[in-house]
Amino acid sequence: MQEAMINRAKELMADGTVSRVIGWKRGEFAYDITPAVFETAEEIDSDFVCDDFTAANVSKYLIKESRKEGRILAFLKPCDTYSFNQLIKEHRIIRENVYVIGIPGGPKLDAEKLKARGITGILGVRNEKGTLHIDTVYGEETMPMFEAILGKCENCKSTKHVVYDELMGEEGEVIADSGRFDRVAELENMTAQQRFEFWREQLSKCIRCNACRNVCPACSCENCVFDNPDSGISNKAAADSFEENNFHIIRAFHVAGRCTDCGECSRVCPQNIPLHLLNRKFIKDINELYGEYQAGEDTTSRAPLTNYNADEDCEPSIVHERGAE
Amino acid sequence: MLMISLDRLDELFAAVAAKQTLYLPADREDGQAEYRRWEDGVKLSSRLNTVRSAKDFFFPQTEDLVEFKMEGKNIEVIDPRKESEDFVVFGVRACDARSFTILDKVYLVEPVDSYYKTRRDHGTVVTMACTRPEETCFCRTFGIDPTAPEGDCACWSDGESLFFRANTEKGEKFVDSISSLLDEGDTEKLEKINERTRDVLSKMPLANLSAENFGGDKLNEYFNSDKWGELSEACLGCGTCTFVCPTCQCYDIRDFDTGHGIKRFRCWDSCMYSDFTKMAHGNPRLTQLERFRQRFMHKLVYFPANNNGEFGCVGCGRCLSKCPISMNIVKVMKALEVK
Repeated sequence: MQEAMINRAKELMADGTVSRVIGWKRGEFAYDITPAVFETAEEIDSDFVCDDFTAANVSKYLIKESRKEGRILAFLKPCDTYSFNQLIKEHRIIRENVYVIGIPGGPKLDAEKLKARGITGILGVRNEKGTLHIDTVYGEETMPMFEAILGKCENCKSTKHVVYDELMGEEGEVIADSGRFDRVAELENMTAQQRFEFWREQLSKCIRCNACRNVCPACSCENCVFDNPDSGISNKAAADSFEENNFHIIRAFHVAGRCTDCGECSRVCPQNIPLHLLNRKFIKDINELYGEYQAGEDTTSRAPLTNYNADEDCEPSIVHERGAE
Repeated sequence: MLMISLDRLDELFAAVAAKQTLYLPADREDGQAEYRRWEDGVKLSSRLNTVRSAKDFFFPQTEDLVEFKMEGKNIEVIDPRKESEDFVVFGVRACDARSFTILDKVYLVEPVDSYYKTRRDHGTVVTMACTRPEETCFCRTFGIDPTAPEGDCACWSDGESLFFRANTEKGEKFVDSISSLLDEGDTEKLEKINERTRDVLSKMPLANLSAENFGGDKLNEYFNSDKWGELSEACLGCGTCTFVCPTCQCYDIRDFDTGHGIKRFRCWDSCMYSDFTKMAHGNPRLTQLERFRQRFMHKLVYFPANNNGEFGCVGCGRCLSKCPISMNIVKVMKALEVK
């Protein structure tokens, strides 16, 4: 696939369809891939990569990139297309300045899962029929590929692209039985005290790096309220665990109805806080209270939380009753 | 050399913890390691390094500096510091141990930072030689030998026993305090292990990374390099690299209005953040490019220029494994280097 992508990118640059390409650039190791914009065929030939570790969602970069001169080619995985569409809906990306090629998605891999098993000194990773052969400075190691799958790919919601100008590879479909709400249901079934303790423990690990917010395609405010120096609080101070809790919960509220469940927040968290579970809780609630809704699925429908309908929507009191069941 | 069998580690930790608070790297349920206060049942992690560095013990992310309480026309000034207790940090790697030397150059020069100094005075650093470096390691680029760590007391493991060597007076006191548990042991096997570790390091992908072309004398050349745009292009402007870094030392001081007074606190700052060094007149670094450049110029150029050539990086590799977009000091050095 990588070779075909490289060839197509160079073709589209040569015939003037696009002037730049956004994709991923290889790093020092097998897994340290950086999102990058390529401006020449030579750069693409030497550095462009699309493999098991190109997990980063490049959609958010297109807010900025689509405002530059010329058209840019973006390779989007199925999950990335939902983010892209949602940003179109929010008028954040200028659609005509982006040429989208849909590419197959994951599952992508998480190098940290290799290291957590004690596989370190990694020199190369080969994926052969579901088994990873990892070349390390201490010798070759193997592990089943499914045990190294990146958290955000474990419960993939769709292998279908919701937007593209052209498609490479075969089109997939929406996965109804992804199981992505199973963990949320488990949390719902805890007692309030158990749930409180679960989140207190998880959120107390937060180091206030804001990586979750900054990578999030739904967090596209030019100036975040948490960065306001006049707010009386400091977002970088781990003042006490109460503040961390609030930051994440407020953020989850803010992206509710707009979060496409791309999973980037949990991917980038240096402390492995399962932040996506907060978002999935909101998605599950919205589905149950307002009807099935998938953010980013289209660019025209109104989001449930901005589309109150006095005849059909439940009153807050009903929400409360249902929630108490 | 004095040693203790590895299967008696719990006994050792209990003996240390009986006299002072003991912190050591322990595994979390997600498989990552963090420093934890030792109590019965806490096991020493087998991970090479913790997510957060050991600098937290001396330079915590947030601390109260002073409080002002107002009553009518009176202002009471309160020093919120409590009596400090002695503590031991065990299992510090050579990279983190060197980071304390770097932080000392900032906080122990005049005017001495008494908050930092108190914790340095009360803390005993017990280091652990590396036997299984990772591909992200590049401490040797900055002249650090991971098989001979600094710290008050250094430890080596040969797979069966743990060996101790005191480097300072505090380290001697530490070894004395546990001497009843220790025996004399043969270090022959240890030498071979250290040799093997050094051999492994020379086969690592970053083995040949050199910092010799960085330092204060190329300030303008590096500052004005045309590479910064491309390097910083994908930067998210998050603070991950700076908050997992053992040598990042910038902080911000702010006043929190409690309604009946002020709590003045300081917290780690991050040059990646848009409010970094924001002053009354505005911000001197308006773009992410400028803020990104600041981080690497500080470590590779400004710090050595002001500290006899010592770099502000210890090659621990945390930013390499934690940056959400995998941009880091190694990639910057390789792209920027002018021979």
